[in-house]
Amino acid sequence: MALSRLAPYFRRRCSVTRPIPAAERRWDGHCRSPQSTENVFGQRRSITYMPRPGDGAPRAVTLIPGDGIGPLVTDAVVQVMKAMHAPIYFEEFEVSGKMDKIPDVVMDSIRKNKVCLKGGLATPVGGGVSSLNVQLRKELDLFASLVHCFNLPGLPTRHDNVDIVVIRENTEGEYSGLEHEVIPGVVESLKVITKFCSERIAKYAFEYAYLNNRKLITAVHKANIMKLADGLFLESCREIAKKYPGIEYNEIIVDNCCMQLVARPEQFDVMVTPNLYGNLVANTAAGIAGGTGVMPGGNVGAEHAVFEQGASAGNVGNEKLVKEKRANPIALLLSSSMLLRHLQFPAFADRLEQAVMGVIKEGVHRTKDLGGTSTTQEVVDAVIAKLG
Amino acid sequence: MESVRKNGIGLKGPMTTPIGKGFRSLNLTLRKSLGLYANVRPCLSIPGYKTPYDNVDLVTIRENTEGEYSGLEHQVVKGVVESLKIITRHASLRVADYAFQYARSNGRKRVSAIHKANIMKKTDGLFLQCCREVAEKHPDIVYEEVIIDNCCMMLVKNPSLFDVLVMPNLYGDIISDLCAGLIGGLGLTPSCNIGDNGLALAEAVHGTAPDIAGKNKANPTALLLSSVMMLRHLGMVEKADRIQKAILKTIEEGKYLTGDLGGKASTTEYTMAVCEHL
Repeated sequence: MALSRLAPYFRRRCSVTRPIPAAERRWDGHCRSPQSTENVFGQRRSITYMPRPGDGAPRAVTLIPGDGIGPLVTDAVVQVMKAMHAPIYFEEFEVSGKMDKIPDVVMDSIRKNKVCLKGGLATPVGGGVSSLNVQLRKELDLFASLVHCFNLPGLPTRHDNVDIVVIRENTEGEYSGLEHEVIPGVVESLKVITKFCSERIAKYAFEYAYLNNRKLITAVHKANIMKLADGLFLESCREIAKKYPGIEYNEIIVDNCCMQLVARPEQFDVMVTPNLYGNLVANTAAGIAGGTGVMPGGNVGAEHAVFEQGASAGNVGNEKLVKEKRANPIALLLSSSMLLRHLQFPAFADRLEQAVMGVIKEGVHRTKDLGGTSTTQEVVDAVIAKLG
Repeated sequence: MESVRKNGIGLKGPMTTPIGKGFRSLNLTLRKSLGLYANVRPCLSIPGYKTPYDNVDLVTIRENTEGEYSGLEHQVVKGVVESLKIITRHASLRVADYAFQYARSNGRKRVSAIHKANIMKKTDGLFLQCCREVAEKHPDIVYEEVIIDNCCMMLVKNPSLFDVLVMPNLYGDIISDLCAGLIGGLGLTPSCNIGDNGLALAEAVHGTAPDIAGKNKANPTALLLSSVMMLRHLGMVEKADRIQKAILKTIEEGKYLTGDLGGKASTTEYTMAVCEHL
């Protein structure tokens, strides 16, 4: 465990072997294997995906448009899915961050469908009802939040070679909601870390890396100060790491981690974190790779999955964006591509991704956060036009 | 300790903390016994040392005594650990007061309070309440509140959006290191701890770098800039400005740079160059 502070001349490598740099890892939404061939239409495809009979039956997906720019960007997804004739249909429900809790009918729908797509739900600051986003995660036990932060070809950012997946424990830690006033003017908040939750998020992270051919997992912590809590988290990660000798494992303190992210993000591959640090690290990584408007993500549990914009910052947007209808739909479109893959519709996922990547690469239709002037609808139309 | 208390001002180099076991961090001990309640780190893009971020000019002010670093943890049952985060009105008011005072005396226009009060409603909520109360007394300084995940995102996209940031302990730790990373790392970042009765302890926050110790290779910029902060605290603004200008000019010229900045000069050569530029 490294405790010493860094100086630039004392660059501490936090990995033993260098992970595969993103430039070598291809990201254009299409799995190309050595055996791919061109068919009579001049298209290159990989070896085909063979479904089981009946797999093409349309699947129901619960849709929660949410607040602010939520309805705008979820509508973008609905339009694109329709244009693709994707085998999914949406059951839409109105939920707002101002409600006390998520209506039972919505929860029943998600439990039935197992899969949900949602826009952001605003959370009131400082008092009142607890975050509905957090409630949803706890009730459905969506214990893993995954955000994929990567450079999009054609979108210039300050850092190249970013391809980081942040896997964050989603149910406990600082978000336990256990606060009380000891005496007036003195407040305590409990951060709870359990072996059970730490183990299961570590298991998920290693399994994810294994299934996605990722080579390095970095656990983010502050165990030099929070010795027992983060110490327990690290212990659990180390135990699971032993079971995956083919995957490198190392640890990094959260403040050093953020510093390294803005200096040399290419050293990171998969990161596993407790709740709060995961929020910060995911948003930082999303920011360096292109911003909240483009990074996909989702929350998954043993039984259900909820897909939403990856980084939480800005997922509700502001009034101006809503009025002018200039929200960026890319993040949710890419998240819906993750959803399609999750439902085992790989060809649709590929098509959607390629169309989105194509639009970004061209650079003609980009919303304000990417340096352009397009409206949401213009981007959607461009994506639909590019669908193969 | 008595010397620092008597003089009211100190300058400290890096000290080693044993990893895992051994004696308690000396840095922490100093902080507790001198009552150093605020850690101030100005982060300024250094012309001549190129990073992907070239428009950074902000100051992070971090509450240094309570919050998540209270060290109060216990095992409830086997496999379940609780860690306490404490926020008090007294400490929050104190650091908010200092933040606005600092902004005023350094000509800063905006103070942003960084929090996660949508989730930690009572603790960060109390912190925000205290900041708001202090803000009311300084109507000429713009006050805003930014949720920490938004803050991280904005910092890496456009750091010029921020001026002075005031934060509780944990967020302060993370954000101040993130900002240090934006300008080039801890070897270039000054830092100053403020205690009661105007006590100030300027320090370098980088490591002890045992591999280059005694070889006249170290980069003294962090400590030099920290001493500039010290001079400003003592009111010697003109001298502080002169030294800062000289340091920035030396790095910009690029003729005498230490190894970590990509040059070959020794510590003494670099220092002479700074003196010449005065």
